[in-house]
Amino acid sequence: MLVLILRRLAYAAPIALGVSLVCFSLVYLAPGDPLQAVMPADVTPDMVEMIRHEYGFDKPIPVQYALWLWRAVQGDFGLSIGSRRPVIVDVLGSLQNTLLLTSFAVPIAFVIGYTLGAIAGCFPGRWLDRTVTGFAVMGVSVPNYWLGIVMVIAFAVELSWLPATGMGPRGSDAFSIFSLGDLRYLVMPVFTLSMVPVGIIARSTRAAVAEIRGQDFVITLRAKGLSETAVIRHVLKNALPQVLAVMGLQFGYLMGGSILIETVFTWPGSGFLLAKAIINRDIPVLQGAILLLSLVFVATNLVVDLLQSAIDPRIRRA
Amino acid sequence: MMQIAPSVSNPRRLLRHLLSACALVGLSLSQAQAGGVLTVAMTAGDIPVTTGTPDQGFEGFRFVGWSLYDALVGWDLSKADKPSDIIPGLATSWSIDPNDHKRWIFKLRQGVKFHDGCAFSADDVVWNYARMTDNKAPQFFAQQFALNRGYMTNVANIEKVDDFTVAITTKFVESLFPYTMSYIPMVSRCRAEELKFDWNAFAMHPSGTGPYRFDRMIPRERLELVPNKDYWNPARVPHQDRMILIPMPEAATRVAALLSGQVNFVEAPPPDTIARLKSAGMQIVTNVYPHNWPFTLNFVKGPFTDVRVRQAANYALNRADFVELLGGLATEEYAQVPPFMPYYGKPVRYEFNTKKATELLKAAKCYPCEITLAISTSGSGQMQPLPMNDLLKSQLEEAGFKVNFKVMDWNAMLEIARGGVDKFPDIDGYNGSRALVDPVIAVIKPVAKAYWSPAGANWGHFYNAEIEKLVADIFTEFDDAKRMALLTKLHEAENEQAIMIFVVHDVNPRAISPHVKGFVQSQHWFQDMTPISVE
Repeated sequence: MLVLILRRLAYAAPIALGVSLVCFSLVYLAPGDPLQAVMPADVTPDMVEMIRHEYGFDKPIPVQYALWLWRAVQGDFGLSIGSRRPVIVDVLGSLQNTLLLTSFAVPIAFVIGYTLGAIAGCFPGRWLDRTVTGFAVMGVSVPNYWLGIVMVIAFAVELSWLPATGMGPRGSDAFSIFSLGDLRYLVMPVFTLSMVPVGIIARSTRAAVAEIRGQDFVITLRAKGLSETAVIRHVLKNALPQVLAVMGLQFGYLMGGSILIETVFTWPGSGFLLAKAIINRDIPVLQGAILLLSLVFVATNLVVDLLQSAIDPRIRRA
Repeated sequence: MMQIAPSVSNPRRLLRHLLSACALVGLSLSQAQAGGVLTVAMTAGDIPVTTGTPDQGFEGFRFVGWSLYDALVGWDLSKADKPSDIIPGLATSWSIDPNDHKRWIFKLRQGVKFHDGCAFSADDVVWNYARMTDNKAPQFFAQQFALNRGYMTNVANIEKVDDFTVAITTKFVESLFPYTMSYIPMVSRCRAEELKFDWNAFAMHPSGTGPYRFDRMIPRERLELVPNKDYWNPARVPHQDRMILIPMPEAATRVAALLSGQVNFVEAPPPDTIARLKSAGMQIVTNVYPHNWPFTLNFVKGPFTDVRVRQAANYALNRADFVELLGGLATEEYAQVPPFMPYYGKPVRYEFNTKKATELLKAAKCYPCEITLAISTSGSGQMQPLPMNDLLKSQLEEAGFKVNFKVMDWNAMLEIARGGVDKFPDIDGYNGSRALVDPVIAVIKPVAKAYWSPAGANWGHFYNAEIEKLVADIFTEFDDAKRMALLTKLHEAENEQAIMIFVVHDVNPRAISPHVKGFVQSQHWFQDMTPISVE
C-alpha cells in the first residue's frame, strides 16, 4: 500500500507543477492589465511604470515565475492587488467556509444519490426507475442559482423560516456548527449545492448497478441459491468503487465552490472569492486560489484512488 | 461603607429598590439601543480598503472613507433639496496666496484627535502627502499611491507653515483646486508608526479622525463601525449604535436580505423589485445627483469628428423610453450635467427628432452612418447596460446610423477608457457612466487639452479654441461668482458642440427598512450616514 501511495504521489507532482505554470500564466493570458483595478482613470505612463515596479510586474517573466513558485512552495502567494491582504489568508479562509458547505452537501448527495440510483438500477425500465431517472435529470438540469433564488424567496422572504444570506449575525469568525441558530444559515446553500451531485451520483449508481446485475458472477450467485437481498448486497458493493470515483470528482468540484450559489447566498467561500477576483482582475488571488483548489482536487483524487484500492483489490493489483 | 443591598426585613423597601433597579437597567438598555444597528448591503464585491483612500469607487468613499477619515475639505451632505458643495473639513479655511496663484494656504482645525488619541496637525498633512507620493519615505504605500494619483495630478508640493497651517503648491494655476483636497483622507501617523508601517496590520486597526471608529472586520464579509463619541463636529456624532457594512454584489440577494430583515439599508435595488419592496413597506429613496450615462466620443477619427453627426445622435434618442425602461429610476439627460447643478445654464436641448437627425446625417454626408461603440455588460454606475444599449441602437438606426457594438466586461471597458483614443482609434465612442462630482471632473477634464488621454480624462482628444480659452479663464478666475458664470458658459458651449451622446441621469435608488429613520439623501455620490437611527 505504501508503494502505491508513493507512486500516486509521484504522479501528482508533475500535475501540480503543470497547474502552477498555468496559474502563473494567468497574468499574461487574461485580457486586460492586472493593475487596472488600482489605477486611476487618468493615470500617466510613468505612473503605470512606477506601480508596476512596486507590484513586481516589471521583472522578466521566467524570473517572476521562479520567484512566485519559490514563494508559493513556502505558502506565500503574495498580496491581493485590490486589498493588499496576503492571498494565502483569504484563500484558506474561503476554502474553510466552502469545506463546511461541501462536508454537508457531499454526504447528503451521496446518501440520497446512491440510494435512489441503487433503487432505479434494481428495477430497470420500471416506473420507479423512470421516476428516479427523471428526478436525477431534473437535479442536473435545473440551474442551481435559480433554485437558490427560488428557495430564498420562498423560505426567507415569504415564510421567514430561514435566513437569506451570509454565515450568521457575527459572520464566519463566530460561526459554529454546534449552534442551531448558525446551522440555519447552512440549510439552503447546502440543499441547493447538493442537488447537482444527487443527480449525477444517482445516474452513475443506476448505470453501475444495472450493468453489474447483468454480469456472470451475479448469475452464479443466483444459481448458488442466494436470496435476492444477498445478491443486491454483492451488486451494490461492486458498484461502490465507480460511484466513489464520481463522488470524489464531485467533492473536488464543490470545493472549487459554486460561484453562483455562493454569490446568491453571499457565502464567503472559494467561489465567492474567485468571482470577486475575476471581476476585479485580482490575478494573485486567482493564481493562489486556483493553484490551491487544483491541489485539493489532485489530493481528493489521490484519496479516492486509495479508497477504491482498499475497497476493490482488483484495482490495487492493476 | 456603602450599602449595596436593601434590608430584607422591610419588604416594601425591598420592592421599591427592586423596581428602581429594574427601571435603571431598562433605562440603560434603552440608551444602549436607542440608535440601533444599521446594517447596510453594499453593491461592492469586497470591503473597501480601510487604509485611507478606499477602492470600490465612490461607494468605498461613501461608507468607509468618510466614516473612518476626514479630508482637509469636506462636503455638505446635509440637504436633499440643493446640490452638495465643499465645506471646511480638517481645514477651517483656505485661500490663494495673492502673490503666487500656484500656492494655496490651508488653515487647519485645532483640537482634532485621531481615534488613537494623537492630535492632528500640519505634520500629519505633510506626512500623508509623502505616504502617497514619495517612494523613498518609510510610510510610502503603493496601493495608496495608485488610488490617489488621479487626485494628486496638480499637486507639486505640500509644506508646513506652522503647526496648523500648510501651503500647497500646484503645478499650474487652478482656481478650483480646493475640490482636489476633498478626496484625500488623512490617516494617523501615530498608528502607522506604532505598527511599523505594516499596512496590512493598519487595515485591521485603522485610525483616522472620522465620525466612526473601527470595531471589527472579517475580510470580504463585514466591517463593523461604532460612533466616535469624541468627533470634532458634535453635530455629526452618529445617531446609531453600530454600522455594519456587508458587501453583497448580487442585486436579488440584497433585496432578499432586506425583505427577510437581515439588513435594513440596501444600495441600488433593481427597478423590477421596487413594487415588491414598496408592498412590503420599505422606503424607496431617490434623488437627483451628479451622474450621467453618456457615450464618450472619438474626435480624432470617424464620423463623430463632425459636430452634425454628434448632434444627430443626440436628436435620435427618445430619452423618455429609457426612463420607462428603467421603471422611472432615471431622468432624461440633455446635457453634460443634470439641471439642478449651479452651472447648468441654458444648454441646447436635443429633443427627440428622428427627422432632424436624419437630415443632419445627410448634410454631413454620413448616411447610413456606420459607427462602432464599445459597451460593457455591467460595471460601476452602468445601470442596465445591455437593454439600454439595445434601445439606443434601435433608435440610432431609425435615424440612419448603423451601429456596431463591441461588447465587453467592465475591466476591458476600463482599459479602453484609460488607453485613450490613440490606443483604440477604431472605437467611435464608449459607454461609461460618469461621476460629475466637481466642476473639474464634470465639465473641464472631458474637453481641455491638458487632459488629453492617456494622461487625462479627455478620451477622444476634444479640442476647441473657444472652449480652451474658457477653461483657462476658469482656472485663473478666483472670484466665485465670475467663475460660476464662466463655468455655465462652458457647459452651454459643450452642449452646443454635443461633446457626448447624452442619454440619462441615474437617481441613486436605495431601499430602506421602515425602522430606519433620519436618512437625508443628498444630491451627491457621498452620503452622510451619521443622522440615521434604527427603531
